[in-house]
Amino acid sequence: METPTKLPPSSPSSPTTGFSVPSAEKVDGFPRRSMRRARQRRSHSSSQFRYQSSQVELTPLPLLKDAPVAEIHDLFCKKLQQCCVLFDFLDCVADLKGKEIKRAALNELVESVATSRGVLIEPLYPEAIKMISVNIFRTLPPSENPEFDPEEDEPALEASWPHLQLVYELFLRFLESPDFQPSLAKRYVDQKFVLQLLELFDSEDPREREYLKTILHRVYGKLLGLRAYIRKQINNIFLRFIYETERFNGVAELLEILGSIINGFALPLKSEHKQFLVRVLIPLHTAKSLSIFHAQLAYCVVQFMEKDATVTEHIIRGLLRYWPKTCTQKEVMFLGEIEEILDVIEPSQFIRVQEPLFKQIAACISSPHFQVAERALYFWNNEYILSLIEENCQVILPLVFGTLYRVSKEHWNQTIISLIYNVLKTFMEMNSKLFDDLTSSYKVEKQKTRLHRLLPKKWSLHTRIKLLDERSSNIIEINIYKKTKNNNNNIKWIGDIKRELKSL
Amino acid sequence: VASSSWQDQPPGAMAGADSDDSLYPIAVLIDELRNEDVQLRLNSIKKLSTIALALGVERTRTELLPFLTDTIYDEDEVLLALAEQLGNFTMLVGGPEYVHCLLPPLESLATVEETVVRDKAVESLRKISHEHSPVDLEVHFEPLVKRLASGDWFTSRTSACGLFSVCYPRVSSTVKAEIRQHFRTLCSDDTPMVRRAAASKLGEFAKVLELEYVKSDIISLFTALASDEQDSVRLLAVEAGVSIATLLPQEDLEALVMPTLRQAAEDKSWRVRYMVADKFSDLQKAVGPEITKNDLVPAFQNLLKDCEAEVRAAAANKVKEFCENLPEDSRETIIMTHILPCVKELVSDTNQHVKSALASVIMGLSTILGKDNTIEHLLPLFLAQLKDECPEVRLNIISNLDCVNEVIGIRQLSQSLLPAIVELAEDAKWRVRLAIIEYMPLLAGQLGVEFFDEKLNSLCMAWLVDHVYAIREAATCNLMKLVEKFGAEWAQNTIVPKVLGMANDPNYLHRMTTLFCINALSEVCGQEITTKHMLPVVFKMSNDQVANVRFNVAKSLQKIGPVLDSNCLQTEVKPVLEKLASDQDMDVKYFAQEAISVLSLA
Repeated sequence: METPTKLPPSSPSSPTTGFSVPSAEKVDGFPRRSMRRARQRRSHSSSQFRYQSSQVELTPLPLLKDAPVAEIHDLFCKKLQQCCVLFDFLDCVADLKGKEIKRAALNELVESVATSRGVLIEPLYPEAIKMISVNIFRTLPPSENPEFDPEEDEPALEASWPHLQLVYELFLRFLESPDFQPSLAKRYVDQKFVLQLLELFDSEDPREREYLKTILHRVYGKLLGLRAYIRKQINNIFLRFIYETERFNGVAELLEILGSIINGFALPLKSEHKQFLVRVLIPLHTAKSLSIFHAQLAYCVVQFMEKDATVTEHIIRGLLRYWPKTCTQKEVMFLGEIEEILDVIEPSQFIRVQEPLFKQIAACISSPHFQVAERALYFWNNEYILSLIEENCQVILPLVFGTLYRVSKEHWNQTIISLIYNVLKTFMEMNSKLFDDLTSSYKVEKQKTRLHRLLPKKWSLHTRIKLLDERSSNIIEINIYKKTKNNNNNIKWIGDIKRELKSL
Repeated sequence: VASSSWQDQPPGAMAGADSDDSLYPIAVLIDELRNEDVQLRLNSIKKLSTIALALGVERTRTELLPFLTDTIYDEDEVLLALAEQLGNFTMLVGGPEYVHCLLPPLESLATVEETVVRDKAVESLRKISHEHSPVDLEVHFEPLVKRLASGDWFTSRTSACGLFSVCYPRVSSTVKAEIRQHFRTLCSDDTPMVRRAAASKLGEFAKVLELEYVKSDIISLFTALASDEQDSVRLLAVEAGVSIATLLPQEDLEALVMPTLRQAAEDKSWRVRYMVADKFSDLQKAVGPEITKNDLVPAFQNLLKDCEAEVRAAAANKVKEFCENLPEDSRETIIMTHILPCVKELVSDTNQHVKSALASVIMGLSTILGKDNTIEHLLPLFLAQLKDECPEVRLNIISNLDCVNEVIGIRQLSQSLLPAIVELAEDAKWRVRLAIIEYMPLLAGQLGVEFFDEKLNSLCMAWLVDHVYAIREAATCNLMKLVEKFGAEWAQNTIVPKVLGMANDPNYLHRMTTLFCINALSEVCGQEITTKHMLPVVFKMSNDQVANVRFNVAKSLQKIGPVLDSNCLQTEVKPVLEKLASDQDMDVKYFAQEAISVLSLA
């Protein structure tokens, strides 16, 4: 799995060599089924086009490199203004000349910002930001496929990408330029700008989201005054995603940025950040489309733990609360995340969560879905986890023993059975006395369970166990059996049983 | 038992020790409220009213409710059930006098993260708010709303938005002023989630406000929300705008709401424009004929020509309703000069959803425009849509033929109709075939028996041997409906011979279809045809070598038995069924015995 902290490097510096298309497929760490499908890619136009009233005819301007030094800034400015003209890309033959002029101008601007020093002077900031805003800010079009499944379907690609990509590239170069001055930029790259930038993360086009990710990361890094605002708005996007729409294409990219943001949090953690963990990151695990961003999400969660071990209990209990009940694919992901967490857990924190955690792990081991059981059993292959289990054998073994014993006899899948034998063997070597005790008490328990089944269903398990714990023997079994046959509709027989127990 | 709290007692102790058996089931339910198994807790919560009834109103108030308030850390599913139950708890806590006891648990539920739980809690709170006396409303309910409205986390503020309108009408004017202030604050909340909640309740809140405050407060809130930075907020303001427009006198509309609504119809986000299109008929009714003529007609034209297919489709859906509700004096002119040109373009739209939305309403225009206009202007459009490449478009036209039939008769269309029907009838997708079968009785009724016999009868028979069962089944049902329309005599001459002919088909599925048809037709064809023509065939099939056919014979006999006279049942049907009842195949036996007992032939 790729580490999501590392944001991809920006494109090669010479624009003339062409740009590498950032591949979003790589970042999520999961193979995409869609890659194997050969469905035709659809193109999207944006709603913005109709708002441009009359089409302006573009005329080519002189090249920047040929201009006298004194005129460079003026020419740069004119080119920026020229690039504010938008073209209809759905009609691929419309105004080819204009499109080519704009493309060439953008290329020149990118190259100029990337290679020459002293280009970015103050008056160019508003012009550059204006050009970028006009080009990239637009209402994203409705998804052509209302049931768009990011895992299965091909994304709709932005039709105007030939220009849009260069605009994004220019923006990135602008932010990364050694001449870039945050104090000047913050006047134009303001909260409203950032909000619109964040909305674009919903784009279906992975190439666009990849650029946005790098750009937002740079903005966060350089414009300190916007940091809190950016975090808050990402919060809002996630909450809306979790509780309202369940649809947002850029969750993985935003989480990737957050991964590196969390990395930089100061200690002790502010309550705002803890709240973000508990009320946003943990509930994100409930999303239907978890698989698309799970790698990034798990990374963020682990980052939090590495920052401050005291959040461990919140995390584990949160995951247990949202543990998938019917989706085995998600269950495997949860188990993967738990292993990542256990890999870095502090022994003192482990003790606080071991009981509920191992109850859940035992439940997973007894899953009829072999991938779930297998994933849970793999924990015993992890050296560090094994050492934690060994230290707390007295607590953990009784929690999982019954399940291991039963599943080892019942599971349909041979791999699972052999994995369980290995685990049982490990436990036997860890503490043979405890192991033997549990084996014999398990057999007694099993006898009792058989007995419990004879009692009418209306009794809660609690009641049944209590009754039978007072004395357990075969005689009771026979007596109760008789009673249920004759008189199973009468709640009074609880008294009869008590009397019988006393008479024994 | 009474003195000690039930919470600490195991149910066994409660019932067993004290012979207070009547409480035992309750003890079990209570025990299950704390069980580890979610399903048991859920079952118990769903029977909460039983528990409360058994405990009596006092113990419900003093013991059960505090206990429930404490358990609010449960699974969302349990919480949802709890929130719903508490909405019906008024009598169980002692009637309206004590209804405020229910507020603490519901308040906690209204702040949880999960939306469905919160919404249900708000729904219950709204319900019980009506059972509060005006005094209790001010002493207990309104402070709760205020607490929620100023909560830290967005969930409680979101919930508060839904509670203002229920308490506003019954509180004093000072409290009213406070409520208005709180609502205003939430409309400009920091988080878009709360602003969305406020925007969605704005219309409802406006309805309970005095007109002066609608004008002074609501309008400014509406304007602000309708120009929010997030389109998800702006689109919710559209619906509020419609509600507000219905409240204002005509002379204020132009100045107070129209500028904002005009702006919404041209919003840069398609979602907002979609919302306007979707609410267009309500909007039209709310603003009245004058504004409709001056403002809505051009706005509607724009929506029909919108660059996003979603918006065009939503607008296309409203074409008929919009035209119907135009002021009568200028209706025809507006349609002919403004609407129809746009409609013509939509007929050849690039998006099939737009075309199909239009096709589902376009036929309705004929009643509005009358015979001549329909023939001259609409007929070409119908014909074009009947030839559309998308089956859904064609189906939508065919399914609405009755509208046109009333105005110009269906004959005008029959030339184009027939190829369209034939093509749909043979479509590769069985769902399309199924859909067209469903319209056959309607078509038959309108085209008449002659046309039907000539052109469509063979299609109907062909469906009987379709390779998809659902089609064969629908075709059988279709035959029955046709006979209902054309009568038994027609059936005897046209379809019964063909159906019975299939009894000799080498394919057993087709032989079974004969039986299914007989099941469907016997009743509408009547005793004579059934006894004379169908029954012999059924008897003959009782010797079929395929067991499935034989047990379907038994089922058929059971089905058509009531149509036959008792003599025939005793002398003819009974022996056949008895023979089948001793068949080698156990299913045949089973169904034969069932038929014997249902027809009381034993």
